[in-house]
Amino acid sequence: MLTEADQAAGLRQQVREFLGGHDPAAMPRLDFLRARFDAGLAWVHYPAGLGGQGLPRSFQAAVDAEFAAAGAPDNNPARIGIGLGMAAPTILAYGSEEQKQRWLRPLWTGEEVWCQLFSEPGAGSDLAGLATRAARDADGSGWRVTGQKVWTSIAHVARWGLLLARTDPDVPKHAGLTYFGLNMDQPGVEVRPLRQLTGEAEFNEVFLTDAAVPDTDRIGGIGEGWRVAQATLMNERIAIGGGAMPREGGMVGLAAAAWRDHPEARTPGLHDRLIRLWADAEVARLAGARLRQQLAAGTPGPEGSAAKIVFARLNQELSAFELELAGAAGLTYDDWTLRRPESLSFFGRGPGYRYLRSRGNSIEGGTSEILRNIIAERVLGLPAEPRTDTKVAWKDLPR
Amino acid sequence: MTTTKDSSAEGTRSRDAMPDLRYSDAEEQLRAVVRDLLADRSPLTAVLARVDAGEADDIPLWHALAADLGCAGLLIDESHGGAGASYREAAVVAEETGKAAACVPYLTSAVMATTALLGTGDADLLAGLASGRLTAALAVGFATMPGTDMNSWPVRIGPPQDGDGLGGARLTGTVTGVAGALAADVLLVPGDGVPFGLYAVDATAAGVTRTPLVSLDATRPLADVTLDRAPGRQVATGEDAARAVAAALTAGAGVLASELFGVAEQCLGMTVTYVKERRQFARPVGSFQALKHRLADVWVAVTQARAAARYAAACLATGDPDTPVAVALAKAAAGDAAVLAAQECVQLHGGIGFTWEHPAHLLLKRAKSASMALGTSDRHRATLAVLVDLPPPPGN
Repeated sequence: MLTEADQAAGLRQQVREFLGGHDPAAMPRLDFLRARFDAGLAWVHYPAGLGGQGLPRSFQAAVDAEFAAAGAPDNNPARIGIGLGMAAPTILAYGSEEQKQRWLRPLWTGEEVWCQLFSEPGAGSDLAGLATRAARDADGSGWRVTGQKVWTSIAHVARWGLLLARTDPDVPKHAGLTYFGLNMDQPGVEVRPLRQLTGEAEFNEVFLTDAAVPDTDRIGGIGEGWRVAQATLMNERIAIGGGAMPREGGMVGLAAAAWRDHPEARTPGLHDRLIRLWADAEVARLAGARLRQQLAAGTPGPEGSAAKIVFARLNQELSAFELELAGAAGLTYDDWTLRRPESLSFFGRGPGYRYLRSRGNSIEGGTSEILRNIIAERVLGLPAEPRTDTKVAWKDLPR
Repeated sequence: MTTTKDSSAEGTRSRDAMPDLRYSDAEEQLRAVVRDLLADRSPLTAVLARVDAGEADDIPLWHALAADLGCAGLLIDESHGGAGASYREAAVVAEETGKAAACVPYLTSAVMATTALLGTGDADLLAGLASGRLTAALAVGFATMPGTDMNSWPVRIGPPQDGDGLGGARLTGTVTGVAGALAADVLLVPGDGVPFGLYAVDATAAGVTRTPLVSLDATRPLADVTLDRAPGRQVATGEDAARAVAAALTAGAGVLASELFGVAEQCLGMTVTYVKERRQFARPVGSFQALKHRLADVWVAVTQARAAARYAAACLATGDPDTPVAVALAKAAAGDAAVLAAQECVQLHGGIGFTWEHPAHLLLKRAKSASMALGTSDRHRATLAVLVDLPPPPGN
C-alpha cells in the first residue's frame, strides 16, 4: 500500500510532467488553467473528470506548492471565493451530472464568477422566511423569479448566482424553498451597488423581475432548497473562519508588526490586550489546523461553527487595537470614495478600514448570535425556543 | 462573503510539520480503559465522600491506574519496564483524571517526577515508578512557574554524615505547597548549593516532615515539606539537575493543560445535561437563549483549548523547539477555559450548584487551583510575550 508520502511524491511528479507539456510562460493563462483542470490537478479531492482525482483533500497543498514553485498562474482565488468555497461544494453535493460538467470547470478557472442570492431585506437571520418567488413558466419548462436580494457580494461581476427562492407559499416556510443556479446575465436581473459603512460597495442589491431559470438549472429537488442551502452555509462558515494561516497570519500579524514598529505607542494596557489576542489567535489557528486534519481524514467535527465566531471576534478586537495604536493617524481614514471592488479583502487598506470592515464579520454568513443558536441546538443538543413560525403555511405568517 | 487564503501555507514551519492534533486510535483505546476505571471506582459522588472524610489520596485507585493499567510508566522506556509511550498518551490520561477530578498523584508522579528522572537515567527509580511500586513527587511548590530561577530553591545541600552512601548529602529547608507529597514514597528535592543538585529522599526517612495544608482543591492535597538534615541521594547535579527540574515543570504545565481541558469538558457536559432536564416557566431552562448563548461560548472555549492542549502534548512528545510557546499557550488557554466552564457550571445549575452536596464545586476548585498551579494564565502569557517578541512598553 502506498504511504501518504509516496502519494504526495507521485502527485508532484504528475505536476512536473504536466508542466513539461504545458509551459505556463508560453501559453495563455486561461488555456493553462483549463488544461490543469482537465488533468485532474485543479482540486485533487474532487472526482476524476471534474478537475480532481478523488484523493484526500490534504494532498492539494503538495500540488499547489509544485505549481507555485514553477511560477504557474493560479486562478486568483480571492476573486472567486464564493464559487470555490460555496458554489462548488454545493454543486458537487446536490447538482446533476450535467450541472457539474457545465459549471465546475469555468468556476474553477475563474471564467465564471459566482455570487450568493440568499439574504433579503425581510429575511436575514430568518433566512427561511424569504419572499423571493419562483413560479413555474406557463409551459412548465422553467421558472420565473421575482423578488429582491441584498448583501450580495460581487454580484456586479458575477455570471451566476446561487439562488434560494420560494416555490410553494402554501406550506411551512422551510418546506417551500427551492435552490437554483441563476444566470445573472439577463434582462430580469438588475444589480445596484449597496454602499456599506466602509464607504465602498462590495455588496449589492439584486432586483429580480421575471428572471428566467430553466428547470435544468434547479439544484436539488423542488421543496428541498433549505437542505441544499445548509450545505452552502456550512461551507461559507468554514470558508470565512477556516482558512489555513501561518503563525501571525492575517489581522494578528498586522497588529504585532505595528506593535514592534512603534515602541512609542506602547502602553501596559495595550500590551496586555495584544498578548491575549495573540494567544487567542494562535490557539484559533491551531483549532483551525485540527479541523482541517479532521476534514482531510473524512471525520469533520462541529468545530467549524466555533471558527467563524472566534475569527469575527479576533478581527474586531485586533483591528480596534491596531487603530488605537496608530495614535493621531487613527483619527484619519484613507478614502471615503464609493468604490466597487472586484474581490474582497478583510485585511487590505489601512487600520481604519480594517476596523470598520471587521464589524461585518460577525454579521455576514450567519450572525454570531445565530451561530451560537446553531452550536447550542445542533452541537450541544439543547431544546429549541418555542416557535410559532415553523408549522403554519408561509403565506399565513404575520409580517 | 468569503476570503480564500493560500492553502499551501500552514505555520511558520512547513505544512508537513504541523503535528497531528487529533487523537489516534491507540490514544482513544487508552482513554476508554482509564475512563472505565474512573467511572467504576471514582464517580464524583465517591470523590465528594472522600473529600468529606479527609482522605483525599485514593491510593487503591492510584495503584489500579498506575500499576494495573500501566499509566505510571507511559513516559518510561520499555527497557526500564515502562510503556515507551509519549506525552500524547500521558495527556489523554490527564484529560480523564481531570474529568473525574480523580484523587490520584498521576500528574505529580507519573508526569513531573518521572520527567525529572528521565533525563538522569536513574534506572532503579525509573523501574520502581514504571511498575507502580514507587510513587514520587518533585519537591517544588505547585504554584511554581516553569523557568523559575534555579538559584532560589529553599533547600540547602549539606555534607553527608557517617554511613551515608556514595553521592549522599544531608538536606535542610522547607518547601511549601507541594502537590503529591503526601502520597509519595520518594521526594525529588532540588537542592541549592555549589553545584545545584537534584536529590532523591525517602519520604519516610528521619528528618523529613510532611505537613498537610488545607488545599483550595481538596482533590489534590498539598503539603509543606520540611527537611532537617534529611538524607538524600544525588540523582543529578549542576546543569543536568537544572535541566531535569525545568523539564519537569514544563511537562507538568503542558500536561496540566490537558487535565484542565478535561475539567472544562466535564463541566460543560454536566451543565448541558442539567439545563435540558431542569424546568422553569414550564420549559427546560436550556431552551432559553440567554443560557444557550453562554453554553455556546463555553463550547467554543473548550474547542479552542483542546487544540492548544493537543499541540502542547505533541510538541512535548517530540521535543519540538516550539514546546515553550506551545506549553505557555496551552496552559493559559486551557486554564481560562476550565475556569470559565466551571464557573458557568455553578451559575447555570442555580441554587443546587452552590451546595456542598452537588459535585460542581469539586470541579470549580480543581479548575481554579490547576489554572493557577505551575504558573497562572497571566504569567504564561507574559512568558509568551518574550518568546514571540512582543516587548512591553519601554521602561516596563
